[in-house]
Order: sequence, then C-alpha cells, then structure tokens
Amino acid sequence: MAKKETSFLKLVLSLTLITVVAAAALAAVYTVTKEPIAQSIIDKKNKAIQLVLPGFDSKKGTIEEQKVLLKDLPDSLTLYIAKMDNKLFGMAVETYTKKAFSGRFDIMVGFDTQGKILGSEVLKANETPGLGDKIDKKKNPKFALQFNGKVLPDFKLKVKRDKGDVDAITAATISSRAYCNAIENAFEAYKMVMTQYNTPNSIDSTQTTK
Amino acid sequence: MSKLKVLTNGFLKENPVFVLVLGTCPTLAVTTSANNAVGMGLAAAFVIIMSNVIISLLRPVTPNEVRIPIYIVVIATFVSIVDYVLQAYVPALAESLGIFIPLIVVNCIVLGRAEAFAGKNNVFDSFLDGVGMGIGFTLALLIISTVREIIGNASYFGHPIKALVGNEMLIFVLAPGAFIVFGFIIALVRALQKK
Repeated sequence: MAKKETSFLKLVLSLTLITVVAAAALAAVYTVTKEPIAQSIIDKKNKAIQLVLPGFDSKKGTIEEQKVLLKDLPDSLTLYIAKMDNKLFGMAVETYTKKAFSGRFDIMVGFDTQGKILGSEVLKANETPGLGDKIDKKKNPKFALQFNGKVLPDFKLKVKRDKGDVDAITAATISSRAYCNAIENAFEAYKMVMTQYNTPNSIDSTQTTK
Repeated sequence: MSKLKVLTNGFLKENPVFVLVLGTCPTLAVTTSANNAVGMGLAAAFVIIMSNVIISLLRPVTPNEVRIPIYIVVIATFVSIVDYVLQAYVPALAESLGIFIPLIVVNCIVLGRAEAFAGKNNVFDSFLDGVGMGIGFTLALLIISTVREIIGNASYFGHPIKALVGNEMLIFVLAPGAFIVFGFIIALVRALQKK
C-alpha cells in the first residue's frame, strides 16, 4: 500500500515538474516574440494600405482611421482615410466577407474619391490551395487585377454567371463571388464615410471644424 | 545498431511517410506546393529532433504510466515555440502553412518516434533518429509536392513552368490528387524495397 502511494506521488511530481518547465519555456518565447508578431501584423497592414493606394505618399500625407459597422455584418470594417495636401486622396478599406468557401477572408481595397477601385490585397484567407487561393494576385494575377480601375457602382460586382462583369476563377466560383462580396462591403462602408465629404474635393470645411 | 544506420533509417527503409505511413493528414494537405512542403518538413523536423532529444533526456524521470502525457506536453511546447517564432520572424511562411503548424502536435510521426525510439534509446541516438526522420519526412513531402505542383499548377517552387501553363490538371492540387500521387509513390517505394 505504502509502495503504491509513493509511486503515485512520483507520477504527480514528474508530471507537474515537466508541465511547469514547459510553461516557463513557453512564457519566455511568448514574451520575446510578442513584439515582432504585433509589428509584423502592423507592417503588413501598412504595406497593404500603400499597395492599394498607389500614388499616395505616406510621408506627405496623413491617414485617419475610422470604423464602420454595416448592418448585415458582425464585425466593423476599418477605413483608412488618406489625405494629401489637405485634400482627400482616397480610402483603403479593410474589409471581409462571410461568404468565402472556408467561411471568411479579409482583404484591403483602395478607392479614390470617385469610387474607382485602385487596388486590392488579400490580408488573411484560407481558401483551397490551388483553387480558391487564386484570389491572391501573387498566385494568379488575372483575377484580382481585373478590378483595378473599375468605377463602382457602374461596374457590376458580380461574376459573369450571375450576370455581372467579373471573370470568375475557373473552378472557384464561390471564392470569386466572395471576393466581389468583400469589395461590395468595402464600397458600402466607403459610401457611408464619403457622405461626410459631400463635395469630394473640398474636405477641409467638414473635417477641421473645431 | 550503427550510428549511421540510425540516421539513414528514416530516409527510405523506415521513411515515416512512405513506409511507416504516419502523419498522412499533414502530408496530403500541405503538399500542394513545394514551398509549403519544405517549410512544413523543416518545421516538423525541428520538432521531431527537439522532442526526441528532450524525451530521451527525461527518460530517467519519466514514470512509465504517465509517459504519453509527458511526451505530449514536450511536443506541444515545441510546436508552440515553432509557431511563435515563425509568426514573428517569417510571417510569410507562417501564413502559408496556416493551420498545419499547430497540427504538428497531432502528427503521429512525432509521438510515434517518441514512443518507438526516443523513449528507449540514448540522447545521441535519439537525436540522430530525429534528424533522419525529419529529413525523411521533408523528402517525402518534397517528392509528393513536386508531382502535384508541376502537374496540378504548372509551377515549381512558385515559378511557372511555361511549357505546361494552360494544361494544369486541377485534380492534382485537390485532395483526390494527393491520394493518387501518395498511392503511386508508396507502391514505387515498396517495389524498390523488395529488390
């Protein structure tokens, strides 16, 4: 009986010891990598803003953040309102869709002041490798680039099968539709914020009232 | 067993993927491109080596009854470390490997080697076994992904192969293609071994 008890104690001790050491090691690594991880997320976002707003010089201009909650979506969209020389340059919208093949993906879309799409970048997506992941222009330039230069709402943000203007990716219609949906969400948010700047080219009056 | 044999065991004779048929889930899932395969292979190799060494070191204080929980704690710790480090310093790779890094925890190769080898052998042999298995796993992933990426996506390591563009056979980057390639390669390896 006594023998069994010591062995039980030994089991508990060895397991406890090992888990404590493992926890300490994890805590150490977590502390060291926390900063770089946060930084790499910010870098990625800034880079994406830069990429979807070609021509915008972040050294000369400023970027304001604004969050917009759309009525059908659970999370708010973040708009990065870019201004140069006190004039509205355009907006980068961090948007997402809930209609992706794998549930959700996040993209960044850039608009100028007239509703023209300047560019789009995939931020976070989990679409099927080899099929849906072609929404990323690094994997398949044709799809994502077709939106650049298109003016909403004249350009019908639907795949051709749904009588729209968008060429879908072969064998990845759901992902293509989802991409359109994400841009559509971005455009909704963009329109809401744009109403604050009722005359597109003179924004100072509305913005700098104290 | 000679040291060299311990090391090379994992390459072909006891290749974790083609002969032991362990870790099939990540194998089939990440081999859509050669880049992913190498990234996943090296990350898993790191975990196998480290966990083999630690588990072998802990042998004197590991009671037989709780060895499996201890193995799992050690493995899970290393996986989390790999996950954090990749996210912090190689975000691009962390992104493309996505869910598969945490999945190394349930990769039976790691636990399989801990149970079958590291729990019974000395530290140096366990280290060699880890290196061999890690290389074997990476090689296996690379072989499968080579076939799948070239035929299925007309590219290799992300570089398009002009001669094949337009003739991609999509099925090879999908799950069924993975099984087909996997089956053929296992058959080939068995045929080679019988000789």
